[in-house]
Amino acid sequence: MTAQLNSSFRGTQDLPKWLSPTLLVGFFLASFGFQVLLASGGETAEINFIPVAVFGLLGFSVALYVISRVIEGVRKATDRLVTIMVSTAFSLALIPLISLAYTVVTKGVARFDAEFFTFSMRNVVGGGGGALHAIIGTIEITGIATLISVPIGIMAAIYLVEYGRGTIARLVTFFVDVMTGVPSIVAGLFAYALFVIFFGPGVRMGLGGAIALSLLMIPVVIRATEEMLKIVPNELREAAYALGVPKWLTVLKVVLPTSLAGIATGIMIAIARVIGETAPLLLIAGFTASMNYNPFDERMMTLPVFVYTSYANQGVDMQAYLDRAWAGALTLMLIVMVLNLVARLISKYFSPKG
Amino acid sequence: MSKRIELKSLNVYYKAFLAVENVNMVIEPKAITAFIGPSGCGKSTLIRTLNRMHEVIPGARVEGQLLMDGEDVYGPDVDPVRVRRQVGMVFQRPNPFPTMSIKDNVLSGYKLNNSRMSKTEAEEITEKALVAANLWNEVKDRLDKPGSGLSGGQQQRLCIARAIAVEPDVILMDEPTSALDPISTAAIEDLAVELKEHFTVVIVTHNMQQASRISDMTAFFNIAGTGMPGNLIEYDKTEKVFSNPTEQQTEDYVSGRFG
Repeated sequence: MTAQLNSSFRGTQDLPKWLSPTLLVGFFLASFGFQVLLASGGETAEINFIPVAVFGLLGFSVALYVISRVIEGVRKATDRLVTIMVSTAFSLALIPLISLAYTVVTKGVARFDAEFFTFSMRNVVGGGGGALHAIIGTIEITGIATLISVPIGIMAAIYLVEYGRGTIARLVTFFVDVMTGVPSIVAGLFAYALFVIFFGPGVRMGLGGAIALSLLMIPVVIRATEEMLKIVPNELREAAYALGVPKWLTVLKVVLPTSLAGIATGIMIAIARVIGETAPLLLIAGFTASMNYNPFDERMMTLPVFVYTSYANQGVDMQAYLDRAWAGALTLMLIVMVLNLVARLISKYFSPKG
Repeated sequence: MSKRIELKSLNVYYKAFLAVENVNMVIEPKAITAFIGPSGCGKSTLIRTLNRMHEVIPGARVEGQLLMDGEDVYGPDVDPVRVRRQVGMVFQRPNPFPTMSIKDNVLSGYKLNNSRMSKTEAEEITEKALVAANLWNEVKDRLDKPGSGLSGGQQQRLCIARAIAVEPDVILMDEPTSALDPISTAAIEDLAVELKEHFTVVIVTHNMQQASRISDMTAFFNIAGTGMPGNLIEYDKTEKVFSNPTEQQTEDYVSGRFG
């Protein structure tokens, strides 16, 4: 006999590494070529990329599966097939996201200039003008909403995890769940109705927008904080108790610092979720073309509402209004992206080291 | 400082369930008392009643008397937080605070309670506690590094340093070496023997060699069956318990003929 090892661990031969990518590229090129042929022969009007992708992928999957099954055996062939399926699903999920980011960036970049960030829309008809009033409004309203929601949310979560027992805790949990599902327009109506009681009908105020947003934000903050507090090991609480530390100090100085990174991330996600809300702000904060730094008086513009009004009420120079709407959308997207980056930095900086 | 602990017909309940029944014993100061017995016999429950840590679990309560130098630990206006400041505890798994440096971990008994101290005072306490825990030489150059970066045995000694930094009268150890390798275990055992110079030490252990090596007194607990309360079967000098026990159950357990 030759030097072949007679081992039960020995499997079948593997496919060469280059085969799978080559097959992929090959089948897509072939599929593309076929469509080109059809188009030139006058069968279809122009090259359509959907059949290119579908036939390319189908051909690739079938070919790879058959080859793998013959050479590598059933198990590895199935493995390859499932890998293809999972990767396809992932790419499908990614397509709308990339397409959205691409559209917003290409269309928004036209008016993404200095004037956009330094001017309001006061006395602007047609081209020019900017969204400074909307950016200020968004920052102030979301900022106040955060100031309201974060303390309430964190304290409610601490109650639920550290103190809450029995019926009241279950009721709070239930209503937090209900609040998570409240449509944003209902939050806007609530804020409006609340302010009408004090200021009479027709009231418009930035603070009202902040109240509406905090109504949407609180349940998200509670949920996120609750999850983070729950994963703090009980042993740390016991260690503190055993040192004679009272419960409130244990929560304040052991539990909260340990979970700070996760809580910060949760807050940032909550902000990102409400910063793009349009409906409640349209109701209670209203819209305006002028600067308004005071959230306690008069209408206040916000970025989502700016985008909406620019698009809905296009003026004579239509393109100028559309460009401003896209630039507003791009700004909003960038703000959310920055918030996410900040959340990552915070969680990296504060998370327990070891 | 070290205190004498007296248990007088002590019953421990979790809600309606009687976990430990009718324990009478005196734990001597400046000595190591070991609690041994099979799993579920209530040793850990009992040691946790000594600093009222079992009250953290909802529904847990105690009947009978627990006296520390004559003072009733379960008296009507006793603050459990004050009890725990005098009775330190070391747990089965090392649990240093992950957000704190080694130094802050040692000082955590003070810092978490908002006590103010000068920088030199803080350094003195840190050094004293770490020296007493036989950890000073290993960590003196990295006091500002996080405590979770140490090995398991070092972390456990850090937890002991943390417990003795606040100068308690009693130190409770709930299976302090069960998660450690033999070398770290030996270090902790040596430390326990040193600690009894100053403190009352109570240790729960599953390791009978450990109990016979380091303890002065041994208490053997047993349980008649699942769902039954744990009982103190025999409590005597360690040599007596291991060489010539009075009870047949103890004899069976320490000689490995149990069950």
